[in-house]
Amino acid sequence: MQWDIVIGLEIHVQLATKTKIFSGSSTTFGAEPNTQASAVDLAMPGTLPVPNEQAFRYAVMFGLAVNADIGRRSVFDRKNYFYPDLPKGYQTTQLDHPIVGPGFVDVDLADGRSKRVRIHHAHLEEDAGKSLHEDVHGMTGIDLNRAGTPLIEIVTEPDMNNAEEAVAFAKKLHSLVSSLGICDGDMSQGSLRFDVNISLKPKGSDTLGTRTETKNLNSFRFMEQAIAHEVERQMDILEDGGRIIQETRLYNGDRDESRSMRSKEEANDYRYFPCPDLLPVVIDDAFIESARVLLPELPDARKARFQEQYGLNDYDAGLLSADARLAAFFEETASHGKDAKLAANWVLGEFSARLNAEDKTVAEAPITGTQLGQLVARIADNTVSSSGGKKVFDALWSGEGGSNGNSGGNDADAIIEAQGLKQVSDTGALEQMVDEVLAGMPDQVAQYQQETDPKKQKKMLGGFMGPLMKASKGQGNPKLFTEILLKKLNG
Amino acid sequence: MTISREDIEKVAVLARIRLDEEQIPALEKDLGNILSLVDQLSAADTDNVEPLAHPLDAVQRLRADEVTESNQREAFQAIAPATENGLYLVPRVIE
Amino acid sequence: MHKKSVAELSRELESGKISSVELTREFLDRIKAEDGQYNSFITVTEDHSMADAKAADEQRAAGNAGIWTGIPFAHKDIFCTKGVATTAGSKMLANFVPPYDATVTANFRAVGAVCLGKTNMDEFAMGSSNESSFYGPVTNPWGLSNGEKRVPGGSSGGSATAIAARLIPAATATDTGGSIRQPAALCGITGLKPTYGRVSRYGIIAFASSLDQGGTMARTAEDNALMLNVMAGFDPKDSTSADRAVPDYTSILNEPLKGLRVGLPKEYFSDQLSPAMEEQVRNAVKEYERLGAIVKEVSLPHANLAIAAYYVIAPAEASANLSRFDGVRYGYRCENPQDLNDLYTRTRAEGFGGEVKRRILVGTYALSAGYFDAYYLKAQKVRRLIQQDFINAFKEVDVLMSPVSPSPAFVQGEKTSDPVTMYLEDIFTIAVNLAGVPAMSIPAGFVDGLPVGLQIIGNYFEEARLLNAAHQFQQVTDWHQKLPQ
Repeated sequence: MQWDIVIGLEIHVQLATKTKIFSGSSTTFGAEPNTQASAVDLAMPGTLPVPNEQAFRYAVMFGLAVNADIGRRSVFDRKNYFYPDLPKGYQTTQLDHPIVGPGFVDVDLADGRSKRVRIHHAHLEEDAGKSLHEDVHGMTGIDLNRAGTPLIEIVTEPDMNNAEEAVAFAKKLHSLVSSLGICDGDMSQGSLRFDVNISLKPKGSDTLGTRTETKNLNSFRFMEQAIAHEVERQMDILEDGGRIIQETRLYNGDRDESRSMRSKEEANDYRYFPCPDLLPVVIDDAFIESARVLLPELPDARKARFQEQYGLNDYDAGLLSADARLAAFFEETASHGKDAKLAANWVLGEFSARLNAEDKTVAEAPITGTQLGQLVARIADNTVSSSGGKKVFDALWSGEGGSNGNSGGNDADAIIEAQGLKQVSDTGALEQMVDEVLAGMPDQVAQYQQETDPKKQKKMLGGFMGPLMKASKGQGNPKLFTEILLKKLNG
Repeated sequence: MTISREDIEKVAVLARIRLDEEQIPALEKDLGNILSLVDQLSAADTDNVEPLAHPLDAVQRLRADEVTESNQREAFQAIAPATENGLYLVPRVIE
Repeated sequence: MHKKSVAELSRELESGKISSVELTREFLDRIKAEDGQYNSFITVTEDHSMADAKAADEQRAAGNAGIWTGIPFAHKDIFCTKGVATTAGSKMLANFVPPYDATVTANFRAVGAVCLGKTNMDEFAMGSSNESSFYGPVTNPWGLSNGEKRVPGGSSGGSATAIAARLIPAATATDTGGSIRQPAALCGITGLKPTYGRVSRYGIIAFASSLDQGGTMARTAEDNALMLNVMAGFDPKDSTSADRAVPDYTSILNEPLKGLRVGLPKEYFSDQLSPAMEEQVRNAVKEYERLGAIVKEVSLPHANLAIAAYYVIAPAEASANLSRFDGVRYGYRCENPQDLNDLYTRTRAEGFGGEVKRRILVGTYALSAGYFDAYYLKAQKVRRLIQQDFINAFKEVDVLMSPVSPSPAFVQGEKTSDPVTMYLEDIFTIAVNLAGVPAMSIPAGFVDGLPVGLQIIGNYFEEARLLNAAHQFQQVTDWHQKLPQ
């Protein structure tokens, strides 16, 4: 039996506002328990909610960025259930009249296809607090600092058909909310949480199968694993003739296991009704404009610009434009020279590899775009070879070149000078060295000249490079050497 | 209008109120009477009538995104039933 | 002194004939001596009050006194008062001492008034007789001389009683379905429920959010106006607070009523009203005609659906508002909870009284899957029809007048066997809350020696007109000055 996989995502995005959605409490991460929980956040008797303007502005920015209708008159509803991290005994959310209506996001896939994922809607709601199950002698400890943090919940249509599409969309969404500046994008802190809805149907069938929800995935890797795991689980059941139970599941990435969430089963009847403590929020043209002017260049527009302005290919442009910080770093680098392609290679190559190896973000990189840009310029103008350039890069990364590219200093030059990495590009001098080396290797020269296979010839060239580099004390420009060698050997 | 014992028990679970067996008959009677009172609504002709959620025809005022609250944990937890290390304590929750 | 109104006491303090400390002492002594038979106070704040009175006298000495400086009064125990127990008449909050003030509380502090304590009330404001309080029922001063323990009405029974018994000249209260007007009528005092949104709800323990409104109780219309001047106003902490300027509610008290157009809703003069009650109310209306009012019959066609709509909407909102009482962050917590579910279900079973539990269950039912459309949504549609009735009526008249309650103060225990019997006490008052318009109850006569109230209903934000109408009536009648034996 062949199956179609149908995937929809629900993404909870913590908005990077200064204060909570319904109170003036700070939202700074990492504070001592319950030090950022006001009377309103604690649901003290008689307290009332007042919505945060910036939360709405950020939500509207999101809506504009996903080509969505903006809810001109949105309403808050109460979703009723009991849980210790939910002080009021209900969550204030939006049910029928959300702030953002249907929209879409286009995602680039690895094979070059573009996939459109439709957004069903996005709504504002408040986050719950945290339960700490570590033993407080047999009890659970509740921290309500997070209770009331503004979230937008983004609900997609079930448009994705495999893990690759789902993860690509998730990454695109992550990049989008980070670029917009409405979310800090720190998944380890829970700033984005993904719930995956998965169902299977017989291939080609029009009827959707029963879906399950896997909650609170906070890494792309876990999402990919969880999807694979759940698809397999459902397939096993269906192929055995069983039925899928509609339920909520938790996935454990470390053990690649999932289980049903008991507590959510009981609270099925949320008894939604419009919150009588809050009035309808009317968004006018002026407000939408105030959000629109805050929109930064979005990844898709930036990608097109990179291709146009820097002549980058689709692939490189895509990689560099996805993250705002990396894009800015690239542009800083490229601004110091004329070879944007070379700059892109270094940013996507050596620079990114180092960041990954040391588990650093762009913001934490020990070198600046200026420093790298200056180095790339020296490679482009042949002052150093690419292997020499790598040495300079290492030195920069370790913090040498004290000016950090500030105040007009050029750290690459300083290191090149200090380490004597300048390659010799004086053709006269180089020609002389080639003549000398070739004169000392008559047999190899003859071999080369008698060889008819160009591939073998190319390999033999390498044999001359070693002595040449030795003769030039490592500073001969390898490209020029190659040119001169070819000229002299081929006559 | 009668309300079944089953409905009463279901609703008591949703509302997290423990009911003892002895309370059920009285609740069946009282809630039944209340619901009979409420059933008068069904006679009303409400076609094409919009529900009224708020008596005042007004829209929500939005608040500026500025921190106005300070740490008052000590004062708030002084009146709490059970706390430790700044956390509110509840019986162990099994997720 | 205890028979004087706030306005009169203010003049006494200003003249220097008495200090706030002396005045406060006098009222505190009266409460100590007399309240045993009424039980109108849950908490009396002797030390705080004396300190506040002293501070008020110092303010006066420094030349900084206003009308309210040093005036003794009380808050219904539903207004959060920082550092002072606030129970909402419930076991659930028996140990709750809020670290914050309600906005109304802060307003009275700011004008230098002296709060003597917190008055008794039906638990969580759910009731019409003040018999459901965890702190015991309140006994109406009227009827006691005959050896009858009668109800003062509810839910603001404590505030009404304390004023009627001259234990305080004024008290704050709240009205969700009639909880100011009905006890005012049953105790022979004057009370006003403002337009929804006129008074901030921040710090008022919530019962039904779209219906609750803080209001005033005192013996005279003038005192109610003085109170409303302190209580009314926009509050940024309350999203449902009306952003509207506050007039001086005393400024048009003395306007003559000539030409005032009065409407009598025919639905409120039906067979639910005893002939004796109706006679008193109609006499009061005749007095208005003598003052120059033009009276005619009007109709509120959907008035008869008000109780049904209310007993869906109010319990539904209450069921959600009371979910926060779970034994976790404040308030009552059951002993030795075995697990989380036990914590919740036993805390709430033990902490809430019978009427509160009934309403939570009804409200939960009305919102639950399968019933939402038939009950909650339907009730909100009927609510719009009821609101439209008032809007239409006010196109023809300036104010409406009607009875406040179907009967005067009944004996304790008379209506507690069937909740619905108690609910019907509110048939004349409830539509007002559904529409959100302001209304008053003023003493208008007696039946069998028990006070009868006249309800005056106004258009949105026309409290000044209501107070004017009430004040003019009180210039030519003295029902409001009658004392229980």
